[in-house]
Amino acid sequence: MITRRDFLKISAFASLIGLGGSLSIEALEKKQGPQVLKDLKALKGKRWAMAIDTRKFKTQEDFDKVIKACHKAHNVPEIMNPLHEVKWIWTEDYEHSFPGTAEHYISKEVKERKFLLLCNHCDNAPCIRVCPVKATFKREDGITMQDMHRCIGCKFCMAGCPYGARNYNFLPPRDYIKELNPEYPTRMLGVVEKCTFCNERIDRGLLPYCVEASEGKIIFGDLYEPNSEIRKVLAENIIIRRKVELGTQPMVFYII
Amino acid sequence: MYDGWKIILGLIVFVIIVTLPFTMSIGRDYVKPQPSIDTPEIQKMEKKQCIESKQYMREAHIKLLYSWKDYASREGKRVYIASDGKEYTISLQNNCLKCHSNKEKFCDECHNYVNVKPYCWDCHIEPKVGGLK
Ligand code: SF4
Ligand code: SF4
Repeated sequence: MITRRDFLKISAFASLIGLGGSLSIEALEKKQGPQVLKDLKALKGKRWAMAIDTRKFKTQEDFDKVIKACHKAHNVPEIMNPLHEVKWIWTEDYEHSFPGTAEHYISKEVKERKFLLLCNHCDNAPCIRVCPVKATFKREDGITMQDMHRCIGCKFCMAGCPYGARNYNFLPPRDYIKELNPEYPTRMLGVVEKCTFCNERIDRGLLPYCVEASEGKIIFGDLYEPNSEIRKVLAENIIIRRKVELGTQPMVFYII
Repeated sequence: MYDGWKIILGLIVFVIIVTLPFTMSIGRDYVKPQPSIDTPEIQKMEKKQCIESKQYMREAHIKLLYSWKDYASREGKRVYIASDGKEYTISLQNNCLKCHSNKEKFCDECHNYVNVKPYCWDCHIEPKVGGLK
């Protein structure tokens, strides 16, 4: 006959084995099965920012090259009617780029410059706050991203954005794209779109298309990295930003 | 039984309506959807194997794609390590459609059969066969 004491001992031991066994099986299982990871080549940054050297953009061609590189790669439709147009990056004159802060007595040369405008990927982005379905959100690295699958086309973000960076697709976009880039999707009728800071390229270790096409006129980097190139150019030059008084903390800087 | 005929008539109508899906398909041929994997890219493969097992892909491809969408756009994770350890790019256009370049004979085959209309193609560009709409 087995004593009560022995029985307890055996059962305690058995349950220990059982526990240990299930733990080790779990540990083994964790290693298998599908996994989702970041690309090892991905650029790493905590706050991506851009500095546009407006002194270096001289001819219309300088602008066109940059704009075309972005719009072609991202299948941005080319619509002439300004009421329906879609643009991720475009140009504007001094006064309209920096209303309110535009210094009247600045040199004539600066006043006559044109400025490249795009989404500012604000640190404190109003479009994110107003989006009712969280289609617009902040990535960890500071990029203001939009999930096109979720966008319901309510246009709140267009009203919220003080920079006019957001565009609604009033017309079926595919009808207005001359040459499709098969590596990137288009958008559909009734969603809002804008510059994405080329996060799809950053995630693969590449710089944004516009930065690449600018041949050194645009500097891109991590604002929170004290030794980065962008911090250096920001420290060494006179810079302005668009509508800082609104407190949105734009991440696109203009070197004057 | 009061109003017995009304009850029986009602029951008969009910049974007819409930069995409609079965009675309506009497005499119709059952056409099994045959998604084709006959594309140049797949022909080149030694072992014709999708990123996961056929059964899993058949049952859960939309779940997988949906999770991919969130991983890529929200977390910047763009690498998928399959159960067998192989690495793939998380992208419908730049991964899936590279092999399955025959949307009409592959995707549409089953989607039409079960009458679902996924809106992938409103934005994602299908490989050039029919090409642009
Ligand atoms: S239009 Fe789309 S992205 Fe903009 S606020 Fe509405 S749902 Fe969000
Ligand atoms: S960062 Fe990318 S998406 Fe934004 S304007 Fe430049 S090229 Fe276009």
